[in-house]
Amino acid sequence: MSAAPDVLPRPRLALRGITKAWPGILANDRIDLDVLPGEIHAVLGENGAGKSTLMKIIYGIVKPDAGTVQWEGQPVRLASPAEARRLGLGMVFQHFSLFETLSVAENVALALDAAQAGPGLPARIRSVSERYGLALDPSRRVHTMSVGERQRVEIVRCLLQVPRLLILDEPTSVLTPQAIERLFDTLRQLAGEGCSILYISHKLDEIRALCQRATVLRAGRVTGECDPRRETTASLARMMIGGDLPHPRHRAAAAGAAALVVDSLDLRADDPFGTALRSISLTVRAGEVVGIAGVSGNGQAELLAALSGERRLARRDAITICGMPVGHLNAAQRRARGLAYVPEDRLGRGAVPEMSLTENVLLTSRHQGLVSHGLVRAGAARERAARTIASWDVKASGPEAAARSLSGGNLQKFIVGREIGQAPKVLIAAQPTWGVDIGASAQIRQALIDLRDAGAAVLVVSEELDELIEICDRLAVIAQGRLSPARAVGDTDAEEIGLLMAGAAASFDRGTAFVR
Amino acid sequence: MDSFAQLVILTLAAGTPLVFAALGELVVEKSGVLNLGVEGMMLTGAVASFIVTARTHSPWLGVGAGAVAGAALSLVFAVIALTLLANQVATGLALSLFGVGLSAFVGRGYVSVVIDGIKPLSIPGLSDAAIVGRLLFGHNPMVYLSLALFVAVQWFMQRTRAGLVLRAVGESPESAHAIGHRVVALRYAAVLFGGACAGVGGAYLAVAYTPSWSEGMTAGRGWIALALVVFATWKPRRVLAGAYLFGGLTLAQFQAQAAGVAIPSQLLAMLPYVATIVVLAVISRDATTIRLNAPASLGKPFHPD
Amino acid sequence: MRITLEARPEPSRAAMLLTPLLAAIATLVVGFVIFEAFGKDPVAALHAFFVQPVATRYGVGELLLKAGPLMLIATGLAIGYRANVWNIGAEGQLTLGAIAGGGLALAAGDAVPATLLLPAMIVAGALSGMAWAAIAAWLRTRFGANEILTSLMLVYVANFLLSWLVHGPWRDPEGYNFPQSKLFADAALLPSLLSGTRLNAGFLVALAAVATAWVFVRRSVWGFEMRVAGLAPAAAAYAGISSKRNVWLGMLAGGACAGIAGVNEAAGPIGQLLPSMSPGYGFAAIIVAFVGRLHPLGIAFASLLMSLLYLGGESAQVNLALPSAVTGLFQGTLLFFLLAADVLVNYRLRVQRGLPAAP
Repeated sequence: MSAAPDVLPRPRLALRGITKAWPGILANDRIDLDVLPGEIHAVLGENGAGKSTLMKIIYGIVKPDAGTVQWEGQPVRLASPAEARRLGLGMVFQHFSLFETLSVAENVALALDAAQAGPGLPARIRSVSERYGLALDPSRRVHTMSVGERQRVEIVRCLLQVPRLLILDEPTSVLTPQAIERLFDTLRQLAGEGCSILYISHKLDEIRALCQRATVLRAGRVTGECDPRRETTASLARMMIGGDLPHPRHRAAAAGAAALVVDSLDLRADDPFGTALRSISLTVRAGEVVGIAGVSGNGQAELLAALSGERRLARRDAITICGMPVGHLNAAQRRARGLAYVPEDRLGRGAVPEMSLTENVLLTSRHQGLVSHGLVRAGAARERAARTIASWDVKASGPEAAARSLSGGNLQKFIVGREIGQAPKVLIAAQPTWGVDIGASAQIRQALIDLRDAGAAVLVVSEELDELIEICDRLAVIAQGRLSPARAVGDTDAEEIGLLMAGAAASFDRGTAFVR
Repeated sequence: MDSFAQLVILTLAAGTPLVFAALGELVVEKSGVLNLGVEGMMLTGAVASFIVTARTHSPWLGVGAGAVAGAALSLVFAVIALTLLANQVATGLALSLFGVGLSAFVGRGYVSVVIDGIKPLSIPGLSDAAIVGRLLFGHNPMVYLSLALFVAVQWFMQRTRAGLVLRAVGESPESAHAIGHRVVALRYAAVLFGGACAGVGGAYLAVAYTPSWSEGMTAGRGWIALALVVFATWKPRRVLAGAYLFGGLTLAQFQAQAAGVAIPSQLLAMLPYVATIVVLAVISRDATTIRLNAPASLGKPFHPD
Repeated sequence: MRITLEARPEPSRAAMLLTPLLAAIATLVVGFVIFEAFGKDPVAALHAFFVQPVATRYGVGELLLKAGPLMLIATGLAIGYRANVWNIGAEGQLTLGAIAGGGLALAAGDAVPATLLLPAMIVAGALSGMAWAAIAAWLRTRFGANEILTSLMLVYVANFLLSWLVHGPWRDPEGYNFPQSKLFADAALLPSLLSGTRLNAGFLVALAAVATAWVFVRRSVWGFEMRVAGLAPAAAAYAGISSKRNVWLGMLAGGACAGIAGVNEAAGPIGQLLPSMSPGYGFAAIIVAFVGRLHPLGIAFASLLMSLLYLGGESAQVNLALPSAVTGLFQGTLLFFLLAADVLVNYRLRVQRGLPAAP
């Protein structure tokens, strides 16, 4: 064991030379990391830098190819999450590991050892949740809860095991600005009680506000360690991406005629865990970018399905595209009227994983001259795929590469390129840069603005408030299935939008109603 | 009144193979696995139990053999679908086709063999006394076994920690894996349990209900059991109700013939199958109930990495 | 050290072509063991099973005769399977086809010439097979009822229907009370294709179906759309591909092919209606479809293999005194091995050594 520097106490967790390779990529390359008792330590890096893999190794979900882990100075081998929990590690997942049809208490019990999950559990859940300001009803079923409440279940589940190290993986992506503040208070309280916190994020401002130390990852390697409170956002960004943060060129909007109009749309959720839409009205004009902000699970999925035609509506004129009522049409018919759509899930919805890029071009462009007499014109489709690959600088082995062989960012560029390549009059993009590296994000945002400047109407639905403020001309907020009026971006700020996201009057914390 | 008791006894007797098979499949499906091989496992259980009974003259040993045979066949499914991640629909179909062939092959010498099967209870002074006595004590012992299985499954699913983990795995194997539960091992256990139950269901037909062996003697009961699980919206209590409903329908043709109704027997024999179709359609209409009760991961392969 | 599965970035084409071969070899090995267990000389037994049946011209004719319905039905089923439409009731659709085609033949007697009667029988068979499949398609699209279960239940219903007909209204009055219809008139029998064998023109229908399916699957936009629906249902909805149309197309294609196969059996080797019109072709075709990788050409080869298994089973019964049920055993084993070997298409085996010891 190497001696710790005498200015610092013995680290609670010390990683040395952690290496893990996935097929084709080295996710973690000889990573060293020390976490001290009671410190809030950030692991910073952009998407694909290897943060999640590292956290899974620490929590025993993934086994490293090489390297050692020391816990309180003792070498340990973490073979399973159960073992990690026994040592005193807790983890709050980015994609919650909750079970929708089960109650809060059942969800908590599942993560505890059998001995801890006795009949006194609901009372213990109540007491811990009160102590940390995370109100919860143990008997409620998870599918009736809002995303923010679900995160509380995750956190309370960890706290019940009295962790000495709590790992949070991108915890704020599902929260309103106000809820983020409350979460930070809880985390500071925990750290004050001696619990170490590993905070994984790519949001630089949050890290500067919360963390005492940061380890920066880039392409699987540690590229720096710093005190984020003494850094600027720009200096952190340089460590993270090895260059400056790109900013898109943005001219004032020259909005024209209404291109996409939603007229008091009411829609029951067809999924029992979904959100009903209530009298949604929205206009997007040619030559403007309109954003819809909101915490996920507030009706975005249902609204996007209704807009894209994945769900057809009873009322024709609930949605019009360039003056034509399209509510009753399916997705392909709406495309024929000038709509293009970049969905949130790229693998499995925006692209068929097993199919080639050529076939994935065919997926949404098949009625644009790529089919004659019911037969596919394979050559033309291949050519279009090759063009998209070239003009968007997509890293792929060629038009015959399977979609699933591309990295997230490259596939997203391909999908955005495919949709913009159809020269749409209206483009809808959902979470267009989610999980995409910074370079590709900048390219995608710029393309959306360029499309607007070329006279198309662009609607962006995103949880990334910063992104929306950066690229949108007007901004509306969706909460509990209702959409606020759109406001010019210059006339509002993150604070106000955050309040709207929380459902302003009806506090978001009460959760989305369970609609049958 | 006596004929009423008789009718209840016959209905329970006819529904019992479905109770065994459908309760087993319910547990399998609750873990998120769709095993369409129930028909094959029932037949294999039936032939194994019959052969063992014929050789050892112990029908209970035969029932045990049926359980082992059904579980053994389900192990093949588990290896291919859970470890090798093959399509569960295709693998289940293969299991059914294989089980039909295997049972016919193994049982070829036993078609006209006569065995001494498990007989209905006959407790002097109870089983033959009043109607209540007959209703309580006049059934085949395996009918009581199936009811015990029902109670056990109900208790397991609702009251035990393992049952809770099973439901969790069926809903989200990824989440269950992430918090440290052994998804694949648990699914193996569920599949083996389901196989054993189907085997016992087949054994009941071969050594208690008929008792005899003939090729394809389950006559689609394995498939009806699968439909019953949907019909029951994955609730054990409704499995029981559904099984006796179908049991009653299979009796209809014999009842009608006995009563001298002039409908061709073939048309009456269609009844349980037509009823299955109708019931499936009616239940499936309510997509919300299905969505709320069906295990969300049903039929999807899971590979922990 | 342990062996783990590692996802391939792209499905391996080599593995896709090799795994059926691997499965066939493994099945042979199992056959070897089974014969050994029954005290037969495995080499002689395998010879009797796989070579002897096709050693003569007549034998080759039988091979193609049995491959025909398997090829035809599997081709139709595969169109649905590619879109995750699981029609497993082909046996019932075959029965309905035989009933309709046979009913027409019985009604026509000698009065109608073959050039008119045979096409009419085939159309009737296709339509009634489609109608039977349409029940399951409608229940699925209208109520969401699982087509696996409904189409299978309809097999039993169809069998009882045929059984009732040949026991009752359609029973040959001069047939010594056997449950069978009159023999068809010559005009209702398919013409022979190869002299000295029982092979008939029905085989050409099967080949035509394979060719049509190849164009549909590889080149047509509907074929593409059905493949999308099978691989990624969410992507299909996103692209505006109608899932209902896929269900209908898939079910009807299977129903039509199975219905025609039923006519071919009735108007071919059987020549009348019997209580059972097929030795399980409708189920064996499911295996053929998978072994042929749901691809028309693969299905053509797989149907020959499966047909050989049928002939081998008969030969084993005659020459080796083994039960013919051994065929079903081989069929199931083949499919098991194929499904198991399929893991190699999407995953590679990786031998993992233990972690380096902690210092």
